[in-house]
Amino acid sequence: MEELSARQLRDRIAAHEISSVEATEAVFERIDRYEPVVGAYINTFEERALAKAAEVDKRIAAGEQVGELAGVPVAVKDNMCTTFGATTCASKILENFHSPYNAAVVEKLLGADAVIVGKTNLDEFAMGSSTENSGLKQTVNPWDTSRVPGGSSGGSTAAVAAGMCYAALGSDTGGSIRQPASLCGVVGLKPTYGRVSRYGLVAYGSSLDQIGPVTRTVADAALLMNVIAGHDERDSTSVDEREAPVCDYLEKLDEPVSGLKIGVVPALNAGADEQVQKAVADALEVYKGLGAEVVEIEIPHFDYAIAAYYMVATAEASSNLARYDGVHYGHRTKEASDYVEVYSKSRAEAFGKEVKRRIMLGTYALSSGYYDAYYLKALKVRNLIRGDFTKAFEKCNCVMMPISPTTAFKIGEKVDDPLTMYLSDIYTIAANLAGVPGISIPCGFDGDNLPIGLQIIAPVFDEQKLLRIAHMFEKETDWHIKRPTISG
Amino acid sequence: MAKRIDEEQVRKVAKLGRLELSDAEVEEFAGQLSAILEYVEKMNELDTDGVEPLAHCLAVSNVFRDDVVAESLGTEKTLANAPERDGEFFKVPKILDEGGGA
Repeated sequence: MEELSARQLRDRIAAHEISSVEATEAVFERIDRYEPVVGAYINTFEERALAKAAEVDKRIAAGEQVGELAGVPVAVKDNMCTTFGATTCASKILENFHSPYNAAVVEKLLGADAVIVGKTNLDEFAMGSSTENSGLKQTVNPWDTSRVPGGSSGGSTAAVAAGMCYAALGSDTGGSIRQPASLCGVVGLKPTYGRVSRYGLVAYGSSLDQIGPVTRTVADAALLMNVIAGHDERDSTSVDEREAPVCDYLEKLDEPVSGLKIGVVPALNAGADEQVQKAVADALEVYKGLGAEVVEIEIPHFDYAIAAYYMVATAEASSNLARYDGVHYGHRTKEASDYVEVYSKSRAEAFGKEVKRRIMLGTYALSSGYYDAYYLKALKVRNLIRGDFTKAFEKCNCVMMPISPTTAFKIGEKVDDPLTMYLSDIYTIAANLAGVPGISIPCGFDGDNLPIGLQIIAPVFDEQKLLRIAHMFEKETDWHIKRPTISG
Repeated sequence: MAKRIDEEQVRKVAKLGRLELSDAEVEEFAGQLSAILEYVEKMNELDTDGVEPLAHCLAVSNVFRDDVVAESLGTEKTLANAPERDGEFFKVPKILDEGGGA
């Protein structure tokens, strides 16, 4: 049962072959066994989950109509609001925050009759690439427990890789779904900006943030997209479906894309470690074997993406995080002698180093005298990068490249050197700046048995085709079936 | 090369961002932020004259909802996470000095 994908499990539950209670109990057995080592969850809801599973089983037995994820145990990154449990963002400042409402995606999961088993760990406020910036706990990579799971959705990807849920939601501001998916050997999709409602997603970089699925298979990512995609009037940046209709992402999944043209930037791929380069090159060969054509393209401003991103994202973060003032909710200092100290000491006591660093960087970039040189300049570079993609897609249906220049690195290896950590986001950030969708799918392992991910980037709102392209590869290979042996 | 941002500037930015930093943090951030800003300045290699700044990658316009009365959160739910409350109010330390009437 634990080898099943979310879709397979859903079908078995619907066919009365497995009960949701059995599946949920099995997930909690695995959580009991592996969670002390992996540390993927900030909070789990066993009682609540089993009650929901029993309810779904009862409705299925009675022949009632059930949702698209009926009875499937799933997890949610802990920066999405839930009325049950706390919503911490892995920050001490929100450690005891209980949201009065559910995020739109949580409503949708519940509406689809999914069983939410827990909330997963992340870099504090989703700021990081290793989940080491969590203010609450450490998550390790199930493939090698001395290594990071990637980040910031490292809890979600570790939980899926370790079989402690069948699928999860992550959020991706600069690669935070795709990079940990790659490092943990699972599928991670960042949809087009605006495709999924951000209502109830705690804001980090609002013009970049997007929620997406973390799954074992491409079909599961399509299934989750069917549940979470769509307009929401409570998120004014969510896209009008009259302009960009949501489709059934499962419907044509099995149809290969004929005449597929894959764009690659050879110099870019050459920047990755040798074993990553080889796995990506081998993946391109698989596509060629399926009749695809590989064309060389240029993304001339790609090298400037990290610089632009760390100005745009931190500027937005410094503004978004101004709300943590110790007044209305969250941690308040006991040491304040006046109201300014309520703000400055509460924030000092409860924010971690990386969050402080980004608030500082963003405040600086927006401050008088530096705004034009840093923030405005970054927005112009962002426009150039978006233009690069628009132009590239005139020559190809998708772009393929690595997700991460290396496989999972050691815990502690980059933690004292923020710039080096930022540079590890080189391949993922451009898609966020341009707003285009990107997916990470497993495409091999290095000599240490650590997973390698292939990134596929498509034009805006082309998720259906993106998933079909990813599915073509998955049908030909068995990388996605491999599971870690968890020790530690 | 001179640091992009010295300790005095770090203190100034921290004040703007309402973050109290220790002396050790000020020193650490001056070094790290300078290194990051130096890296970021590679953007200056690009001629961006005539390029429009892109704050948002999709064409978005302001969204208005119909002006109809809807239910709001309510006092209890709104105050439920308050660090300190006084009846129906959020409680904070005194804002005005003794005798400093506004």
